[in-house]
Amino acid sequence: MVEQAMLQIYRGDNESGMMVDYTVPVAPGMVVLDAVHTVQATQAPDLAVRWNCKAGKCGSCGGEVNGKPRLMCMDRMDNYPNGKPITIRPMKSFPVLKDLVCDVSWNYEVNKKIPSIKIRDTGNEDPRFSQDEADRVQEFRKCIECFLCQNVCHVLREHDKKEEFGGPRFFVRVAGLEMHPLDEGNRLDLLKNELGLGYCNITKCCTEVCPEKIAVTDNAIIPLKERVVDEFYDPVKKLFRVLLSK
Amino acid sequence: MDKYQTFEYDVVIIGAGGAGLRAAIEASAQGAKTALVCKSLLGKAHTVMAEGGVAAALANVDSRDNWQVHFRDTIKGGKFLNQWRMAQIHAQEAPQRVRELEQWGAVFDRTRDGRMLQRNFGGHTYPRLAHVGDRTGLEMIRTLQDQGVHQGIDVHMECTIRSILKDGEQVAGCFGYQRESGRFVIFRAKAVVLATGGIGRCWEVSSNSWEYTADGHAMAMWAGADLIDMEFVQFHPTGMVWPPSVKGTLITEGVRGEGGVLLNSEGKRFMFDNVPEMFQGEFADTEDESNRWVNAVVSGDIPDARRPPELLTRDVVARAIRKEVRAGRGSPHGGVFLDIASRRSAEKIKKKLPSMYHQFKELADVDITTDPMEVGPTCHYMMGGVRVDPETQQSTVSGLFAAGEVGGGMHGSNRLGGNSLSDLLVFGKRAGQFAAKHAQETATLGDINDDEIQRQANELLKPFDESGNENPYAVHEDLRSMMQNLVGIVRTDEDLRAALGQLDELRARAAQVRVGGNIQFNPGWHLALDLKNMLDISESVTRAALERTESRGAHTREDHPGSNDKWGKVNCIVRQRGSNIEVERELLPQMPDELKKLLQE
Repeated sequence: MVEQAMLQIYRGDNESGMMVDYTVPVAPGMVVLDAVHTVQATQAPDLAVRWNCKAGKCGSCGGEVNGKPRLMCMDRMDNYPNGKPITIRPMKSFPVLKDLVCDVSWNYEVNKKIPSIKIRDTGNEDPRFSQDEADRVQEFRKCIECFLCQNVCHVLREHDKKEEFGGPRFFVRVAGLEMHPLDEGNRLDLLKNELGLGYCNITKCCTEVCPEKIAVTDNAIIPLKERVVDEFYDPVKKLFRVLLSK
Repeated sequence: MDKYQTFEYDVVIIGAGGAGLRAAIEASAQGAKTALVCKSLLGKAHTVMAEGGVAAALANVDSRDNWQVHFRDTIKGGKFLNQWRMAQIHAQEAPQRVRELEQWGAVFDRTRDGRMLQRNFGGHTYPRLAHVGDRTGLEMIRTLQDQGVHQGIDVHMECTIRSILKDGEQVAGCFGYQRESGRFVIFRAKAVVLATGGIGRCWEVSSNSWEYTADGHAMAMWAGADLIDMEFVQFHPTGMVWPPSVKGTLITEGVRGEGGVLLNSEGKRFMFDNVPEMFQGEFADTEDESNRWVNAVVSGDIPDARRPPELLTRDVVARAIRKEVRAGRGSPHGGVFLDIASRRSAEKIKKKLPSMYHQFKELADVDITTDPMEVGPTCHYMMGGVRVDPETQQSTVSGLFAAGEVGGGMHGSNRLGGNSLSDLLVFGKRAGQFAAKHAQETATLGDINDDEIQRQANELLKPFDESGNENPYAVHEDLRSMMQNLVGIVRTDEDLRAALGQLDELRARAAQVRVGGNIQFNPGWHLALDLKNMLDISESVTRAALERTESRGAHTREDHPGSNDKWGKVNCIVRQRGSNIEVERELLPQMPDELKKLLQE
């Protein structure tokens, strides 16, 4: 007999909804997204879920499986105990549009606050930098914008500071610009005032959840915090600012 | 029409992958009021999945490279069926377009002297693909996205376009629905750019996402535009074959570019026996020679040996793998083995092929630094598409443009790896530029016919009718398995005729599809509507494949083996006439003598 998996999937919108039970046959190597698709194809054609690449490259299918934020396409069914229902919910920190689909448009609005990169003019010469320099920013540029880090960040999840705070995704993005070997821009004011970097108190939830294994806190947020501190709270610089503003 | 939400633009671009984003950036830079409409969230389009790299004759790694060699490789890869002018523009402009990405912040892997690194790929004479490990597409799409965000482009996410609207012979806009609310929306525009990608969801084993439902191909055909080269569907030689969950998921050609070898169940490197006549003498004859090539490439030297036969063009490798499997020399799950573990250090594999490592580890329980992968062909790319003017990318319908995979002609009968990312930059830019120009030269927006809109709206709501009894998912699954079996890598007259019969039956079933729920974010409804595109374009492919009674590139006819000179001068053009889909033959444009000479070198 084919093994069966029990699923409990959130059906509904932001105002109301319920967990609905489904049972699906399990195939070897199956991931949670496959199970959701099986439900869609055989039992609930109007079940809403986002997905694209099904290989952990596009970051579309984030959700909360048994309470843990996961990319459903990379979440193997055999990671979960047999015979117990698997619960699948949409990400908690964003309004639910329908079923497993959230309104993540806020993230796109935050992105607009970040100005384009300013590349150093190298004239007619091709720009040159080493692979080591590339490695440093390539880590940040790996981000697939699944927004799971935004989803777990307590500044957003518990305190809903979407007005004042940009969230880990965008600190990663700014780090990618700040540490770009050809960059000439200055984003410290943006970080401090527009993106509210100070709200982050380094609990590392974002790092733990990142499916791309980006060291969000250690490699992006902490160095950015240091830069902001150097810029705004260095006593010598502060003195200069006071003198110059007179 | 007040009933539906209506927007007005100079240029509307449908699709936000690389081609659409590049077109939007250009159109808006030219001063056109520009909208970018996409089915998914911004940044999730199929380009994000491109792995190996973007082909451009930068000559950073091998100074012998230039546009002429790139042109020659492209035409040879396409088995001489490419539109020569597109291949020329592409080879000439790709370096500029890639350098431009670097100016917009893209961070490609580096050479030892700090320039963009380029890797080897099938069919490219020299290392030519600028890349970022095996996630080049992500780097490109993010770079374009971040460049576009401050240009005043209006982005309409999760919006599906269902038809091109015309006023007489001129494009007047397009019509579709918001996926989230299900509400209909009209975009009035002076020019529309199709950048909708491909058609891979018509096949069962496919590397393509749900978005690849032939929207742009179908909408262009319905609007009266010509399609070209529709018989040529690329099966990438290396997709995953096990477990079922990931069957078809792509494994980058970069694995072979980094020295990976293909083995059958007897441990034999079968590609040595599969070098076609036109490539004789260009590839290593022995394992020793091919090892010397790999060793030179690995240490960053110019090789004195010829390249390994694993780097033959995709059509050749896919057929060779199929042959091994059919002869009973396949792997346990019906593929062959792709081995990088014995060729490169674990550290190097993780550095150059990180997402391949991750993908196999997580999804297939295989560690590619110690064990071989099991691979087999997967439907990957559509060479055929909207016939366009090579300079402007305008289709045969005034005001309708196409760029990227939905455009046809550039790749002939087979695309080289890496030429898609460069194609979408080069022709995305041109499409945006000339669509903006067209809009500037067009005095007013075309009229929208309210009755026609109402008719289309009613048609779109039909799947909610109580009368039907078919499940859209079941019809789709049957279409995919039919196309896989009858219109796959190897075709026959008999199979193709059978496919036409089955398409009629599937069409009848599609007309009976019923969906439940309401119009809000309803994937069953969305799929029910997409069936129409997929059925019409599956028929286009089948009819063109039936017409071409030879084997060339990605089109292999078991009953007509071998290429034929007469067919080498002819493109198949597909058009809709009334309710029929018809194929006509047309002679290829004459290539100028100076370019012909390049091919003989």
